[in-house]
Amino acid sequence: MKKIGLIGAGKMGISHLAILGAHPDVEVIGVADTSTIVTDVLKRHTSFDVYADYLDMITEKKPDAVFVSVPTKYHEPIVQKLLDRNINVFVEKPFSLNADNGQKLMESSIQKNLFNQVGYHNKFIGTFMEAKRIIDSGSLGKLQLFSGNMNGPVVTKTKEQTWRSKPEEGGGCLMDYAAHLIDLINYLIAPITAVHGADLMSFYSASVEDAVSCLLETKNGIHGTINVNWSDETFRKMSTSITVLGSKGKLTVDSTELKVYFRESAPFGNYAKGWNVRHINELSPHVDFYLRGEEYSLQIDHFINVLEGRSPNNINTFESALQTDRVIQQIKNHKIN
Amino acid sequence: MNRILFGDNQFFGVNHVSDEKARQQSMRFKDDLSILHTLDCAIAEGCNTFMCTTHDRMLNIANLIRNDAEKYNDFDIYPCLPYAHKYANAVTELGIMGTIKQYVPGNFIGSLFKGGYALVSKDHVKMMELMIDAELKMFRGISTPVIFLQNVVTDLLLGLGMKDLLKAFDDYIRKKYNAEPGYITMNMPKLVDVLATQGIYRPIVCASINYEGFRMSGGIGLYEQTLKSGRVRAIAMQVFSGGATSPVKALEYVCSLPNVESILFGASSKENIHQTVSLINHYDKKYHYKTA
Repeated sequence: MKKIGLIGAGKMGISHLAILGAHPDVEVIGVADTSTIVTDVLKRHTSFDVYADYLDMITEKKPDAVFVSVPTKYHEPIVQKLLDRNINVFVEKPFSLNADNGQKLMESSIQKNLFNQVGYHNKFIGTFMEAKRIIDSGSLGKLQLFSGNMNGPVVTKTKEQTWRSKPEEGGGCLMDYAAHLIDLINYLIAPITAVHGADLMSFYSASVEDAVSCLLETKNGIHGTINVNWSDETFRKMSTSITVLGSKGKLTVDSTELKVYFRESAPFGNYAKGWNVRHINELSPHVDFYLRGEEYSLQIDHFINVLEGRSPNNINTFESALQTDRVIQQIKNHKIN
Repeated sequence: MNRILFGDNQFFGVNHVSDEKARQQSMRFKDDLSILHTLDCAIAEGCNTFMCTTHDRMLNIANLIRNDAEKYNDFDIYPCLPYAHKYANAVTELGIMGTIKQYVPGNFIGSLFKGGYALVSKDHVKMMELMIDAELKMFRGISTPVIFLQNVVTDLLLGLGMKDLLKAFDDYIRKKYNAEPGYITMNMPKLVDVLATQGIYRPIVCASINYEGFRMSGGIGLYEQTLKSGRVRAIAMQVFSGGATSPVKALEYVCSLPNVESILFGASSKENIHQTVSLINHYDKKYHYKTA
């Protein structure tokens, strides 16, 4: 049983809280939020201990780990405080607004030997997990090209502002949406190290981009493109798709379907030469509590397993999330220059 | 409840195992009349209940049904609320306050902003009731004997331990709409336990129930045990596990289970509707299913 606290009960925080609340190995020791609307609801209708100030919560309850799901600009000060007090951290994505500060957090976490994880949940989706297995097996041959697409209907009209529409607070399609795609490419293919072209476009938002297009290169010299647009209402919800072409095959994967073509022979028992299609219902591990997608429960299971010493701390670490932050920074710099 | 309920996912671009198929379907059903035509095919096969979300497009469908009252005399709609993506996208875009401002209807909002945050935090149950009214407005004049809470909200309340709000939903649906409350969930065994603590016994629960154990959180064994206990009036959904199981095997499995009162399915073509209905009827005979 691990004692877990949560800071920030917004959209992602409340989802984490529900999954933590239902988790058999977790005791939720408290929830901190600065919004009285949120704390009033939680006080009145749940049995969680609710705090306006997270420092009071961690001082009083001494949690084993804390989930941080506050606007991105607050990640750095809060995560630093937690690390200073030897508390393990799960923090929402993107990790940091400034990669140098992110680097400091990563170093302090390593130095203090604390467990850490960042909420890039796509890595826990069955189709992407299978894509990872196939790519890592080398059965696509020498990788040649990749393309990533991500679309959704977040901003389809000119509307009032929230922190997600402020670039200095981590808003915009690049930080909120493209971060997922970049992180997934880093994981599935290889870390992106060069940005050869970048365009950030605004259609409805006054101060942030609504779409991002980039030419990218990974550290092992594989080139590819990403096209991300959060202002496309023909998509009912966030949709992420990656295609990788190699000398021996091609793979296209999204959160529901994996399509893979092998030119010569198949690498695993249940695949054949030519096209193969697999769906999420065949590929997703089962969970004990489901909310919005297995991946949200699986990422929390993984973190709890890490805390319990049952799994190595090797997925969505500060280190891997920092690589994503650096690519985001490179894209911004490329645009400015 | 009718034995067979017709669902709406195919109409609104929802497919749990293929985003691509979902997009194709949303193109196919871009006209309201094409939706109505498929509904008519389902009715012709004896499916007189349509279980649907409070998607914006349902307003038009509801209008078409209202306008032809004679034809749809025996037709029921089981609304499922809220259409959660609408709110989830709104929260990303507008924030929590902005979303409340946009979606909580009527004068309440005027008084709310005069009184500031204090008022919002005062009466959550009242706010929920107003949102339920707003979502159900589109079905006025249509028979809605069972009204469901969507799984995202049911399971969120379940995980957060907001049992009193589940109870408040139950009370309000009975009192205001004179209807049976129902719950869609991906966590049926846990939900049944929690509802019992609120004095809600033998609830109508719509959950994934299928041969493969797909999206049956906690495991297929626990689900079968809960069904056998008789503590739930279940509606089986995702019976084909998103296409992983053959229709024959899939439907034989759900028809053989105790306390599955209804089977929910969606299909786009007349042939598929006919095939599914025929198979359910066939296996109901085999397993001696009796209507209540």
